[in-house]
Formats: sequence, C-alpha cells, structure tokens
Amino acid sequence: METIVHEFPPYREHETAPEPEAHGHHADIGFWRKYIFSSDHKIIGIQYGFTALCFMLFGFFLMLMMRWQIAHPGAPVPVVGPLLAKLLGQPAAGGIMSPELYNSFGAMHGTIMVFLAIVPLAFAAFGNYVVPLMIGAPDMAFPRVNMASYQAYVLGGVVMLVSFFIPGGAAQAGWTSYSPLATSIPTDGQLFWILGMVLLITSSLLGAVNFIATIIQLRAPGMTWMRLPFFVWAQFVTAFLLLLAFPPLEAAAIMQLMDNAAHTSFFLPTGLAVGGQLAHISGGGSPLLWQHLFWFLGHPEVYVLILPGMGIVCEIIANNTRKPIWGYKSLVYSVLVVGFLSFIVWAHHMYLTGMGTKIATFFQATTMMISIPSVIILTCLFISLWGGSIRFNTPMLFALGFLPMFGIGGLTGLPLGLAPTDIPLHDTYYVIAHFHYVVAPGTIFALFAGIYYWFPKMTGRKMNEFWGRVHFWGSLVFMNLVFMPMFTQGMEGMLRRMADGGANYSAARVPGALNTLPNDIMALHTWILWAAIALGLAQVPFIINLFWSIHHGEKVQNDNPWEATTLEWQAPTPPPHGNFAEPPQIYRGPYEYSVPGHATDFTPQNEPDRPGSPALAPAH
Amino acid sequence: MSELKTAEQHNKPLRGESELHEHPVDFNNYLRRCVYVFVAVVCAVSLMLVASYLPHFDWPAKVTMILAIACSNAFVVAGFLMHLISERKMIYTLLAFTVFFFAGLIGLTVWAMQDFPAGTTH
Amino acid sequence: MEIPYAVYPRPDTGIYNAKVGIWLFLASEVMLFGALFSAYVLLRVGAPTGEWPHGWLNVTLGTVNTLVLALSAITTLLAWVACKTRQFDKFKIFHACTLMLALTFLCIKACEYHDKWIHYEIQLTDGRIADGHLRGSDANSVTIEGRYVTDEKDLYDLRAQKEIKSGEITIPRSQIKSMENYGPWHNTYLALYFTLTGLHALHILGGSIVIGYLWGPGRKLWKTDPEHFTNRIEVSGLFWHFVDLVWIFLFPVLYLT
Repeated sequence: METIVHEFPPYREHETAPEPEAHGHHADIGFWRKYIFSSDHKIIGIQYGFTALCFMLFGFFLMLMMRWQIAHPGAPVPVVGPLLAKLLGQPAAGGIMSPELYNSFGAMHGTIMVFLAIVPLAFAAFGNYVVPLMIGAPDMAFPRVNMASYQAYVLGGVVMLVSFFIPGGAAQAGWTSYSPLATSIPTDGQLFWILGMVLLITSSLLGAVNFIATIIQLRAPGMTWMRLPFFVWAQFVTAFLLLLAFPPLEAAAIMQLMDNAAHTSFFLPTGLAVGGQLAHISGGGSPLLWQHLFWFLGHPEVYVLILPGMGIVCEIIANNTRKPIWGYKSLVYSVLVVGFLSFIVWAHHMYLTGMGTKIATFFQATTMMISIPSVIILTCLFISLWGGSIRFNTPMLFALGFLPMFGIGGLTGLPLGLAPTDIPLHDTYYVIAHFHYVVAPGTIFALFAGIYYWFPKMTGRKMNEFWGRVHFWGSLVFMNLVFMPMFTQGMEGMLRRMADGGANYSAARVPGALNTLPNDIMALHTWILWAAIALGLAQVPFIINLFWSIHHGEKVQNDNPWEATTLEWQAPTPPPHGNFAEPPQIYRGPYEYSVPGHATDFTPQNEPDRPGSPALAPAH
Repeated sequence: MSELKTAEQHNKPLRGESELHEHPVDFNNYLRRCVYVFVAVVCAVSLMLVASYLPHFDWPAKVTMILAIACSNAFVVAGFLMHLISERKMIYTLLAFTVFFFAGLIGLTVWAMQDFPAGTTH
Repeated sequence: MEIPYAVYPRPDTGIYNAKVGIWLFLASEVMLFGALFSAYVLLRVGAPTGEWPHGWLNVTLGTVNTLVLALSAITTLLAWVACKTRQFDKFKIFHACTLMLALTFLCIKACEYHDKWIHYEIQLTDGRIADGHLRGSDANSVTIEGRYVTDEKDLYDLRAQKEIKSGEITIPRSQIKSMENYGPWHNTYLALYFTLTGLHALHILGGSIVIGYLWGPGRKLWKTDPEHFTNRIEVSGLFWHFVDLVWIFLFPVLYLT
C-alpha cells in the first residue's frame, strides 16, 4: 500500500534546471542571518536548547528560595536576600519572602519549568535538531515559520520575566491560574502571565504544525512509517497533542484576559464577594469552566512533557545494548493510544470539584486505561535490556536511571487517578512528589541523556565521561532525597502552596490538637532543603562540562562515534545547511544492531543490501 | 489532479497549455458550481431565519433545527469551496480526530457540569 | 538542497507541504473556536431561566454579513481557479472583490459594535430602569432614545415582546443610581458576543492582510513560479473559507437563537 518514492525531490523549483554546482552554494549570509535570525533547523534547535536550559536554571533558583522559606518561614533568605530586596522592593523587604512573593515564585516556577524549560527543550530543541536528520530531510517543512516559532517563544519568555519587576510582581495564582482568584488579585501580574501564555501557545502551535508536516511529507525515499525511529513517532504524537490541546487553553486565556481587563464575567459567578464586598461584575460565569478548559490542555501537556523523553531513552537504549528494541510495533501503537486517550482523561485533576459519581467514574476509567499503554512502553524499554551488550556510558546511565524513576512517578499516579484515593491526596505534597518524579528524575534525565548523546553530532567532540558520571550520580541521589520524603508529607496531609511550609498546621504550633502535622514530617523540610542545594551543586559539573567540551572535549574519530544505526549519525559532523550531500535512500528499520552475518554489530538505515546494488528492502 | 508523477513529468517546463492538460480545471464549470453553492447558502440562511421565528416551538427544539441547518450549510461550504469532497484520506483522518476531540470537549464538559450529587448546588 | 514537495504534491500523500500545514492549522482553529463555543453552551445552559437575552442583535445586518462573507468565499475560490487556469486578470478582479467584501463585513461589524456601545441601561433611584441609545448628555442630564421598564427581566427577551415603544427620554443625573452600556461587561451573553465576534473579526483582518499582500506586493511570484503562487492562493483561500465556516455557526448561534 505504501509507495516508495524513488526520486528525491521529484520536481524542480525553477523553470530552468539549476547548475549541478549550485546545490548547497549559499552566499555568505553574515553573522545575524546565520546565528540569530536563522531558519536552519539545527541553529533553531540549539537556540531553543540554550534558552530552555537558562530558563530551567532560573526556575531551579526560584524553587531553592521557596524551599528556604518552607524550612525557615519568615527568616531572611541567605546570600540572595539583599539582592531580592533590592530588585523586588517591598515584597522582599529585608530579604524575607512575603507570602505574596512566595506565591508568585511558586506560580512562576511551575509556569517557567513547564512552558519555558521542559517543553521547549524536549520538543522544540531536540525535535528541531534531530527529527529532520533522522528522517533524511534537508530541513523542516516551513523553515521561516520555525524561526517565527522560536521568536514567539523568546518574546513569551521575556514577558514572563518582565512580570517579576512590575508593581505587584508576577502572577500569584499558580501555574493553573484558577478563576476567580486570578481575576481578584489586584495586580497586573496575571495580565502579563496571560499575554506571555498567548505568545508561548502561538510558538507551540507553529512548531506543532511544522513537525507534523515535516514528518508526513519530508521522509526520505524508503523511510516508511514503520521504519521511523521511535523518537520520531514520539515527537509526532507530541506535536498532535500540542496542536489540538493548546487552543482551548488559548481560548480560555482570552476569556480570562477579558475578565481581567474588560471586566467580563466568563469565570466569575453571580454573587462573588472579594475582600468581604460584593464584586461589581455582571456575574453569570463559571469558575469550573476555566478548570475544564485549562485541564483539557493540562493533561495532554503532561504527556507532551514525557513522550519526547521516552523517545530519547529508546534511541539510547537501542544504541547502548547493541540490539534491536523489543516490541517496536507495541511501542508505536502504545504511543498512539496514549496520545489519543490523553484527551479524555482531564477531569481526574478535578475530582474534588463536586463532580457526580457517573462522570467521575468515566474519567477514572479512562485514566486507568491510559496507564496500560504507558506501562507497555516502559516494559518494552526494560525488556530491551535483556541479553544486551550494555555499554555504560553517560547517556546510557541517564537512560537507565530514567526507567525506575519514571516507574515510581507513574505508579504513584495511580492512587491519584482513582477518585476515592484521590480524596485525601488531592492538593497535597503527594501530588507534588508524583509529578516531580515523572518530570524531574524522569524527563530531565532523558533530556540530560540526549544532551550527552547528541553533543558529538552537534560539535564533533564528546563531553567528559568522568564528570558526566559525577553529574549522573549526584543528580540521581539528590533528586530522590528531595522528592521521596514528599510522598510521606503528602500522606500525612501536608497541603500544597503553603508559604510557611505548613507551620500553621503543625503540632508545634497547636500541641495536642488532632491531625496536625507531626514534628518529624516538618523536620523533613530541612533535609529536603539541603538535598535541593546539593542537587544544584551536582549540576555545576554539567554546566562546566557542557561549555568546556564545545572547544576542548575529546574529538570524535568519525561521523558516527556511538556506532548508531539512525540517519542523523550518517550525516556529516556537524551537518551543513541542507544536511545530506546526497538525498539518503533508506533500506531498513531503525534498530538493526547485531544482525547475524554482518561485519559490524550495527547496520545503518541507509546502507544498501549489497554493495552497489540498487535493490530496495521491502517495506513493512 | 492527484495522479502520481515521475520525475520527468514534473520536471517538464511549465507552459500554459501543457499545464492545463495535466491539471484539467474548467473555469466555467467552477463558476456554475459556485452559483449553486451561493444559492444553497442563501436557502440555508433563509431556512434558519424562518426556523428561528416559528411560533409554537420551544427554544431547545428551535436551536436543534437551526444547528442542523447550519451544519448542512457548513458541509456545503467545506465540501465544495474547500474541496474537502475530493481531498485525500490523510486530511479526513486529521479532521476525524479533530471532530472527535471537539465533541469530547463539549460533550464531557457539559456532562461534568450537569452531573453533581443532589442537593449540592442551588 | 531545496525542500521537496513545496510546490508539487508528494506521491503517496497526494498533497504539497503548505496544504498539509494549513489543514493542521485549521484543525487547531477548530479547537480554538470550539472551546469558545463550549463556553457559550455551558454559560447559556447554566443561566437561570428567563435571563438569557434574545433579539439583542440586528438580524438584518447579521444576514447581510453572512451573505457578504459567503460571496467572498466564492470569489476566493474563483480567484484560485483563475490562477489554476493561468488567467491572471480574472484573479486580480476576484481577489479585489474578496477584499472589498471583507472590508464591508468589518464596517458592518463596526456599526454593530457602535450600536452596543451607545446602548445604555440606566438604574434609577426610584427603582425603574431606563434603557436605550444615548442621544446626548451634559452636566445635568442624560438623553436616551428608549423606554422605561420596572423589571430588569423585561430587557432580556426582546423577541417575545410584540411592540417596543421607544421615545426620547431625558433623565436628570440626580435620579441616576448607575449607568452601564452594553459592553462585554454588561452580561455573559454580550461577553461571549464581543469575544467570539471580536476574535472572528481579527481572523478576517488577518486573512485580509495575507490576501491583500498576495494580491499586491506578493504577486511577483506569479512571474517566476505560477504554480507556487497558485498554491499560496489556495492555502490562503482555505483559511478564508474556514473563517466563513466559523461565521456560519456564529450567526445563528448569536443572532437567531
């Protein structure tokens, strides 16, 4: 059924045939067009990557200051306290975080980590750099749209950062920005948040269109759907999630913008009182409507956060076990099912909004169903290790670390997905532990793995192995020390978003009262703080390694230092504009490692069956 | 218009006449079809106006009628003016998923707002 | 290496790149307007009985706008057909018509918005409500062309009321408790009306700018690569048709129900 395209490209852009030498000859376009306003997917990928890593570091610092406040409520923040006071003024007077400042740091930590760090790094950075190379394309389908997408992202980030410095500070209503709180806070932070979100959503939408069109249209001859590396499938599904799930949030953001700026009542109910007084609004709105529209995106969003990571881990495991991935077809079907189901599970974030039993059961059922393909994906990756000749290099260490960490994160999601068990756990630290396990030791490990793995292709040098291992072990140990105690805290009833770390509800404050937070639970705050600081220190070798290795890392001996089968490793290092000197012809699947009878233990996708033979392997 | 072409056929220089033979698009045919579409739209709009002012029907019934007419109107525009009738399977698949998720968004949200334990709202 | 399938279709999918791109984008737009429509459904179904407006919008103007947009959709298609049959003069005429029709739509919309802007609901100190269009105001009084009602509910369903007598009313400011015009803040129906039609109008504007560019400075591409130019006309035409489709649902939902 699939026709294999022989000619590539089978058309001509111009009336007359271009001279043979004209291919790839581009006049020198100058520094600005080459590095800043570039439409080359590789440059854009690197731009996204560095910007996202900077935002991730910034979000990390926000969290450190919050953890200090939780462990020592009301005490001035050490080291950065005076700087905070100078930059932010009254909310940080004397270097002490006021509750409003804590709330805004919390809201912005979430927003920045999700929308400015992880999604741009996992989807846009890795996707942009690797996907066209992996499918044998010269660039993305719409290079200038790609550039616009990056620029919208930067603008959105600037708006979010600027919001810290406006009077009243940044948004304070959580990354979820629930109405009516988001409209009742009398500062402009929420407005900036909404404007930033609109820009970021625009960026993601443009990117999603680009990715899907590229993967559908620009696969090289012979690259059938079932010969695509799993990473490409993961990015494909992720792009669909972004394409179809983000617009309802954009609509909701527009309506909340109208509520904030034009005093409409989309989400404000009749009879709303603010500060003890009846609000001067028309009423008739529904706060629940905001929640539905937000979580309609919010749930597919978490799959956006995890799927590219799973794709990266799959590539690295195949490469470092020197054998094909177990269950390629299961992986593909599972990722498609996960993407599909992710649209109809969202209200499991809303079990405590007074839903009836029928609708709660529906969402509970779909939530349980979606865990099946997720487990299938993880199982396939685990089974792929069996019988492999495992090479324990840094990318593989991070990929291996991803597996149990994502396992913990995923399994702890089950009590949250079941409505009855969610009742005591909703909005507690258990939830924080669950989702951080999936994203922090989960996705971020996969992203670190990807950076170490694809660094040689981008720069022609490897990152330092020793410091890579230091980075890995430090991150693994301290991530677990930070987040594991939070499960216990959550089960004891410690709620989220408390600026004083729960001191108001502690046994120390009201001795003898029922169901207070015991001292040993409160004591965990100090442990977590120190673990978080150590986690931050563990990133220092990585940051130094990253920059140092660009010019001083061990040079690679050829284009394919990891001896990988996928197409990006058959391109020059680093790939030039247009990527491949000749359009590649694909003959086989993506994971042909240790094929019996073959001279080497890996067979690249574009290697013909017999030398010099034009025969094509049959499509699956 | 949707036949597979070899490289040679695509690489032929484009001149008006040969292009027309490869892509048989008849202007007058299209003009006629456009008139039909416009007439259909005018009819649909008139029907909606009539339905909206009909006495003896309550609002839910009227809304259902009007939306049904609007859907057929939309189908005519999408089918003919957007060429959806002669589009490829890939576009249909994309739109089918979109429609499904759109239906889920509206249907599940309405259901969620309507299903709550008795006596918990006013 | 140039990007393949930018102008001619890829054999197995049968489509060129930009067409895939625009349909994907339109799918996302369906979800965008879909979410707004879902907001409409929810807020209307959740409103107390008798408190949802009917007949607040001018159906004649709405109908005219619907026909204007439908006609523009047709001229858009014919502009593409003209490009496909290499009749550039016809293309110029048809897309000029499209742009004029778009401008007409926006002007009518602006008139409708203005009508709402000067329509006031005035709560009086004696408990009555004066409702009508502002004709004049000064330091002491406010003049509207409208009527008095005693119950706010009488202002909602205008279609059920047989004959609404309106005359010129002058109200001294001392009798006015509060005054609010029919902007999006006035009630959720108007909030939805302004947001939905406002977003739609922005799409009309955006589409007009793109079509205007292609009709004007962008027509250079016709000389070097007519098929590529034709594809751009098709892709922008698809967007335009989508915007027409949205209006096909907006018109009955807001004006007729």
